[in-house]
Amino acid sequence: MTNRKKFIVSHAPFWHYGSNITERSYHTMLAALPAVLMGIFYYGTPAIAVAALSVSSAIGWELAINKVTKQTITIGDGNAALIGLLFAMLVPAPMPWWAVLTGTFIAVVIGKHIFGGIGGNVFNPVVLAVAILAISWKYLLDFDAALVNYDTGFMMAAPLVKLKAFGVNAINNFSYVNLLFGRQAGGIGSGFGLGLIAGGIYLILRGFIRWEISLSFLAGVFVMASIFYMVDPTRFADPFFHLLTGYTLIGAFFLATEDSASPVNFIPMLIYGAAGGIVTVLIRNIGVYTDGVLYAILVINLIQPLVDKIRPQAVGKVV
Amino acid sequence: MIRKSFFGLSKPRLEYTLLTGELSEPQSIPPPETATLLIEAPYDTKDAAGVKPGDAVKRGQKLTLSETGEASVIASVSGSVLSVAPHIGDFGRIFTAVTIGVNGTEEIDERFAEQSKLPALDTALDYLVSVPGAPLLKKFKAPEVPIDTIVIYGGDTDLLVTTNQFVIKSRLDEVKAGIVFLKQITGVEKIIIAVPGEIIQGYGHIGAEVKRVAAEYPAALPPMIMKDVLKRVVPAGQAPEDLGVTFITAEAVASIGMAFNTGTYPVSKLITVVNKAGGCKLVTAVIGTPIGNVLSALGITLADRDRLIIGGPMTGSAIYSEDFPVTPDTGAIMVQDKDDIPYVSDYPCINCGDCIRICPVAIPVNMLVRFLEAGHYEDAADQYDLYSCIECGLCSFVCVSKIPIFQYIRLAKFELGRTRAAEAAND
Repeated sequence: MTNRKKFIVSHAPFWHYGSNITERSYHTMLAALPAVLMGIFYYGTPAIAVAALSVSSAIGWELAINKVTKQTITIGDGNAALIGLLFAMLVPAPMPWWAVLTGTFIAVVIGKHIFGGIGGNVFNPVVLAVAILAISWKYLLDFDAALVNYDTGFMMAAPLVKLKAFGVNAINNFSYVNLLFGRQAGGIGSGFGLGLIAGGIYLILRGFIRWEISLSFLAGVFVMASIFYMVDPTRFADPFFHLLTGYTLIGAFFLATEDSASPVNFIPMLIYGAAGGIVTVLIRNIGVYTDGVLYAILVINLIQPLVDKIRPQAVGKVV
Repeated sequence: MIRKSFFGLSKPRLEYTLLTGELSEPQSIPPPETATLLIEAPYDTKDAAGVKPGDAVKRGQKLTLSETGEASVIASVSGSVLSVAPHIGDFGRIFTAVTIGVNGTEEIDERFAEQSKLPALDTALDYLVSVPGAPLLKKFKAPEVPIDTIVIYGGDTDLLVTTNQFVIKSRLDEVKAGIVFLKQITGVEKIIIAVPGEIIQGYGHIGAEVKRVAAEYPAALPPMIMKDVLKRVVPAGQAPEDLGVTFITAEAVASIGMAFNTGTYPVSKLITVVNKAGGCKLVTAVIGTPIGNVLSALGITLADRDRLIIGGPMTGSAIYSEDFPVTPDTGAIMVQDKDDIPYVSDYPCINCGDCIRICPVAIPVNMLVRFLEAGHYEDAADQYDLYSCIECGLCSFVCVSKIPIFQYIRLAKFELGRTRAAEAAND
């Protein structure tokens, strides 16, 4: 018996497709990189500082919570780093260091680990963190105030703020090309529309995000904004403006698609995405906040378990 | 092994291997020195009528564990019994292993030759349950629902395996004879042959309806054949037999045909062997041959931490010893190098939805696995369609978190089956 070979015995299937969580996280970060680099190009060293601090502190919080709760160390799966990077993309470049640390703490500890860690979070941790910061310290995420000392050579007024404060006529001098190339005041990685779209398409093609959510989110924004625009073009901005400003693109491709807080069945994904887009435009056009993406995503995160009950009947189901 | 392609937008396609062109003869594995036969019954040492060490046996002789002869096996070699010992199979199934030392005399038991002149179900039940292909003839003996359709599958349920496909292509005459005898002994008139692949030809006058099965996994699993080919959906928790349909492999039919035609008991099992590089080879081996013999004849060596699998890559079962014998239902033997073994993990489900998109029967796997992980089997069965599962293993295959979903499902069904049986016994 002693010289018998010891084989590995486990349950079928004996093959695996080869996908894993680490790959998902790192490729999502890769897809986000063009937008981040453009932000660094426009906003310089402070943007690098915020991004670096955000990623490293998110990993640090994850490690700390792993140690405190005596769980396996999970920083290797890249999810914490991804949370950090997405957080940095949403905030303005001159974000104070304590706010970054607080933000990543909320995202990783309160947004993710309180709910049971990866896969258990009810809300997108990043969205939750930025929303809490935006409510707690209004001036931190006021892009006009934060970026007041910047001279980047382009219009340094947040488009959505301008729209809210001064009406449709004030936004005439934002050209779509400028918006697409990120020449707008905003978060470090949320302005560069082309980069976000390219990253989103990459993620969709690789199967890391679900196209149904992204496209229905954008369609929701577009259709709702078109309806408002048709009703009264003198009061409401045109739909393309809504698509290219604020957090719309990063929301559609990187935030609403977060795995755990989004549905997986086909029709629920469409409802979820479209609802997010519609709520976004409603908040922007008739609500008090300038940008509605964060709150819209929190709302659709909440309805996710409910809409995901709409699913095909299993074959052979006996009622 | 199949790897994820760069583009992950579409779900993976797993295709069955189709045999095309000229078929080469399978390699014949030399007869073993000892053969081990498994009887699915507990070993009772006190029963004097049962087979005992030292008994001389002839090839084709019926070996029983008790006087009634219910639990029996047919000797595939002639020689003398070396040992009779208990043997535990998957999910705690209890077997008795009878090991025979081969003496090379090739003595043949004549009783079957006499009985086979008048083909009858009882003769078949007595002698043909353990022929290569393992036909489940017991299902025809007083079934709850009368069996009215027999589906002969001329392909294999798992990937890479081509055993039955080879049989239907190369031993058509025997299959044809088998169909005649099958009709005769069971009285079932409707026989369907399901074959994989694109073109159906060369099956004229075979005495059965020929239907095509898609070449994409898991189209060849019995519940999928029921749904797609016979257009009859098996209700959750039931078997095709509850609808009066039973499945039998082409190899089993060929064995029955050969047995009744020639009066000799077939002992040579066709096996697909998958080596470490994923290459497949068909071999024939006498039932009872230790799997180690088959591997060494093909020059396959195993080391510590490798994996040895009976069956295919999706639904086979891993075994812990090369001493396991070739059994009548061993369709394939697969080996994996330790570097190629994908590990499972205890990561939680991240809700990516890959399993939902690949599940052939639309089970909400993401919800199901949460209940199974927590051990809430009743809820899993009532609300999340545990019993709709056809056990194809695709959810585990694609799982990003590498959760052993398939194992959880099998465990849940096993545990529920046990509790329900215990409850029924208490009532």
